[in-house]
Amino acid sequence: METTLNKKTKSVLSVAAIALFLVFVYLGDIMISPGSSWKMLITVIEKGSIYALVAASMNLLNGFTGLFSLGQAGFMLIGAYTYAIFTIPAASHDAVYQYFEGGAIKWSIVEALEGSLGVFGHYLGMLIPMLGAGLLVAVIAFLIGIPVLRLKSDYLAIATLGFAEILRAFFQWNTLGPVTNGSNVLRKYTTYGNAIFPVLISMLCIAIILLLINSTYGRAFRAIRDDEIAAEAMGINLFKHKEISFVISSFFAGISGALLAMFQTTINATPFNTVMTYEILLIVVIGGIGSITGSVIGAFLFTAASEWWLRGLDAGRWLGISASFMRPGFRKVVFAVLIMLIVLFYSRGIMGDKEFSWDRFISGLKNLPANLKAWPSRRKAKAAAKREARAANAAARSRAKEAKASNEARKASGEALFTPLEVSDTVIVFDKEGK
Amino acid sequence: MLQTWLPYILAGIAVGGQYALIAIGYTMVYGILRLINFAHGDVFMWSGLIMVYLITVLPLWVSVILVIIFAIVLGTTIEKVAYRPLRSAPRMSIMISAIGVSYLLQNFALYITGGLTKTYPEIGFLQKTIKIGSATTKMVTVITPVLTIVLVFLLVMLIKHTKIGMAMRAVSRDFETSSLMGIDINRVITVTFVIGCGLAAIGSVLYFSNYTGINPMSGAMPGLKAFVAAVFGGIGSVPGAVVGAFVIGICENLIKGAGWTTFSDAFTFVLLIVILMVKPTGLFGEKNIDKV
Amino acid sequence: MKKILVLALSLVLAMLALAGCGGGGDSGSGGGDTIKIGVFEPASGDNGAGGKQETLGIQYANKMCPTVTIGDKEYNVELAIVDNESDNSKAVTAAQNLVSQNVSIVLGSYGSGVSIAAADVFADAGMPAIGVTCTNPQVTADCEQYFRICFLDPFQGTVLANYAWDSGCKKAYCLSKLGDDYSVGLVNYFVEAFKGLGGEVVEEQFPDKNSDFTSYVANAKNKGCDVFFAPVSTEAAALIIDQAEAQDLGMPILAGDTWDSNVITEAAKGKNVDITVTTFYQEGGNPEFDEGIKAWMEEDSTAMTNNGGNTDLAAVTAMGYDAYFVALEAMKAAGSTDPADILAALPALQVSGLVCGDVSFNETGDANKTEAFVKRCNTETGAWEFVKTQSAE
Repeated sequence: METTLNKKTKSVLSVAAIALFLVFVYLGDIMISPGSSWKMLITVIEKGSIYALVAASMNLLNGFTGLFSLGQAGFMLIGAYTYAIFTIPAASHDAVYQYFEGGAIKWSIVEALEGSLGVFGHYLGMLIPMLGAGLLVAVIAFLIGIPVLRLKSDYLAIATLGFAEILRAFFQWNTLGPVTNGSNVLRKYTTYGNAIFPVLISMLCIAIILLLINSTYGRAFRAIRDDEIAAEAMGINLFKHKEISFVISSFFAGISGALLAMFQTTINATPFNTVMTYEILLIVVIGGIGSITGSVIGAFLFTAASEWWLRGLDAGRWLGISASFMRPGFRKVVFAVLIMLIVLFYSRGIMGDKEFSWDRFISGLKNLPANLKAWPSRRKAKAAAKREARAANAAARSRAKEAKASNEARKASGEALFTPLEVSDTVIVFDKEGK
Repeated sequence: MLQTWLPYILAGIAVGGQYALIAIGYTMVYGILRLINFAHGDVFMWSGLIMVYLITVLPLWVSVILVIIFAIVLGTTIEKVAYRPLRSAPRMSIMISAIGVSYLLQNFALYITGGLTKTYPEIGFLQKTIKIGSATTKMVTVITPVLTIVLVFLLVMLIKHTKIGMAMRAVSRDFETSSLMGIDINRVITVTFVIGCGLAAIGSVLYFSNYTGINPMSGAMPGLKAFVAAVFGGIGSVPGAVVGAFVIGICENLIKGAGWTTFSDAFTFVLLIVILMVKPTGLFGEKNIDKV
Repeated sequence: MKKILVLALSLVLAMLALAGCGGGGDSGSGGGDTIKIGVFEPASGDNGAGGKQETLGIQYANKMCPTVTIGDKEYNVELAIVDNESDNSKAVTAAQNLVSQNVSIVLGSYGSGVSIAAADVFADAGMPAIGVTCTNPQVTADCEQYFRICFLDPFQGTVLANYAWDSGCKKAYCLSKLGDDYSVGLVNYFVEAFKGLGGEVVEEQFPDKNSDFTSYVANAKNKGCDVFFAPVSTEAAALIIDQAEAQDLGMPILAGDTWDSNVITEAAKGKNVDITVTTFYQEGGNPEFDEGIKAWMEEDSTAMTNNGGNTDLAAVTAMGYDAYFVALEAMKAAGSTDPADILAALPALQVSGLVCGDVSFNETGDANKTEAFVKRCNTETGAWEFVKTQSAE
């Protein structure tokens, strides 16, 4: 049954699929008129690809290195601000920094490079601050990592969450106003023209993350995740590898922050709070902790569900059903319940810890009819097994009850339930079964 | 000097006492399950919200009792449904489950309230204005620390001198061994949640009488601060959590008084990180050794 | 087994996707007999209460006048309401959602931040938008598509500063919320004007999710201020009033248009506080409108709930009502339901007969308004009392 394709076919298939998707996104953004409801598809792809990147970066840390970090929103915040600050056109500075006399930085990298290099300069001018955003975040993450990465699981989580909150307050500080515009929005900075831009960038970044995971570093990360002490015994420098994972993950969080800034067209520090981190974490969980493919799928599903498919639940009309209990907020309740169901009953997420592969995809397709046919009988078998288990359980319980009752009776009649065995040194051994 | 700072210190003590009542829930649950119960702050928020609805049909004292019962039922249900099935799963899963529950509780509150802030009912004697020295404040400011200390005293007695308290200490020391010793783990955990949520409900009555607006996010910040208080005092230690809560409450208000209002919340986290760096086990915490 | 589950799940999701599009797609393409007006307002979050009241005005106007004749054709007007959650990051997708529903014009929002955030979306789509009560100058400053029917913060800030100075205040305590464009902007213009008059100010900001205002009230008292200026959201306002009473603030509280709401009067009722606000509309200014909307709220329990459980009118409701008619007039003037035509017709538009005064736009797209109403809260009856009209001079 198992089909294996050769490596070449697989690469051809992958390249074709990616190219097809990119063409679709590019044309979709151009062709679909803003008034069409399909425009939301493009919006979802844009936002989804940004969240896919940050979810993948969080997965690198949480899923592959086993470091439970909740600082992602803080790192995105720095990325978003760094990008925005350096790309606000000179002419708009007075309007944006209206309370800070036009701000301290009165130029834009994009404009500077556009002047000398034209269109190429425009894109270079966008990429440089984006890369700069990533690097700055990486440096800050490196510094934060030195003290924080010595902590274990929940302490690490709460410390990184704390750092994110401190960063948020810092960026809202009025004294930094000439640079960060205080707590007020930054806007008018250069954004991308076509949805293909964030998709391409995040694809590239996710590809790098995948390469990293499959390298020796990636194997070391997984060794640390599975057993720190064993990994250390194998000669893996724990701190160094944790720091590498943390810095790289933060770098990509910074890039996705910059992309998010472009997507939103205005940013301020307030929404980069713990709720945002939790949402990213939930995406990772839905997709499967330890699967980058899962994070990507999770990100698109999460964005599509929350921004598009479930919107009708708020408006009172969804899938043709209308009910008075569907009022604003209902969407989020349904959404949260879905997430809880996944966490409790499907905790491996969509992909578990597996990545996408053409082999599995094709064999899955091939076996689909057979599996579908076999489905009812399997369900029956499962139900029968469950019934059996329940019956066995009940039997065990009644046995236990009986035993207890007989014990009680024996106790009441003054019989000793436990007979101490002979004393050897200072240890007393009880024989639990009695004689 | 004292004249100027008195109102801040009073406010700090009051809010500190309220944080303390929430922090006990965090510290006890963490002590036993090694779980940061992220949903605890939301149980606190929901207790406040239920009070708003109950008071419209019931007399005050009945409502207060029902609110406490509600919080206990909610807390133990969360434990049964969302934490118990995952007890043998990795630590990360159960924490994610806690975050999921918190997300659900907040969103459900958002749906019920329509996203609007509800005004907490007036509890006459708690909201009466009184004068202390140069400061004017609400009665609740004075009642909170007293009530907190009495409740904590009772709780410490319970933990030290009763059978269930002994069981709790045993379970927090070594989960598996104590279950082998015949301690009913589930019962101990349920009792922990009952105490934690009950105290959070009392805390909510005091807190929301002082700051009378409740919205779905009202529980998030006090919850986080209470958790930091628990870490500060040494997680697992009840007196530690209380001391931590008072320190955080007072510092937070002094910082606002000094004009650093932007950083009043961030300060809590600075304190957290400093304590984690300097003394990771907190003020009164015991050293925990990881076994291979 | 897992694979089947995955496949089944994806099938369900694919169906959902199709259904989701179906749900959005049946909105008609504008060519039919229905036109859509987008309502971009917060229904949750910090500004949820105010947003709901503003939406109420629009809904009432739609109920009073559900059709419009453009050219010779009569159209039914349908409202497409989205919740921007008072959140700048959610506002963008909410705005996109409106645009994708093929509306002809957008009304809103209450709260300036979300309008600023959404401005680019409307600009990209060439969608005309009429701000109802977003008073920050940045909303219309560089956005050709954004118009508004209310006064601006530089004006309102000056009016409030003048009022404070005239009533003998020399030192003002100014409180705004971090990241909230409305309060930060208004405080900024107030400070500018108040310093210009020779006054002294103490400025402070409180962070998101803060509900403890004890120390802010104590700060105002300790610094010896004469007036407490806090043009923040109504949620925070109720908490501030409560603390002001508890700590015996002993100075008047001054605020902007957001405080003109029954949330405030309810919070202040029976308390020893002195609250004065500037606003767009004074209840009783147009008795016919007042009675009509109150009767509607008595009938419609949802409307009553959205208004906060009673029939006290907020100025934003009246403004919402006006905005709807401005939108209809714009369509009539354009003679078309196409957003581009409406956009072209807006700058020259003049509308009279509105409840909050006539509307015409200046070159940035702002309404030419020169006066604000000053109101004071009567804490015994829990109602607003008219003080005077104040201009910027």
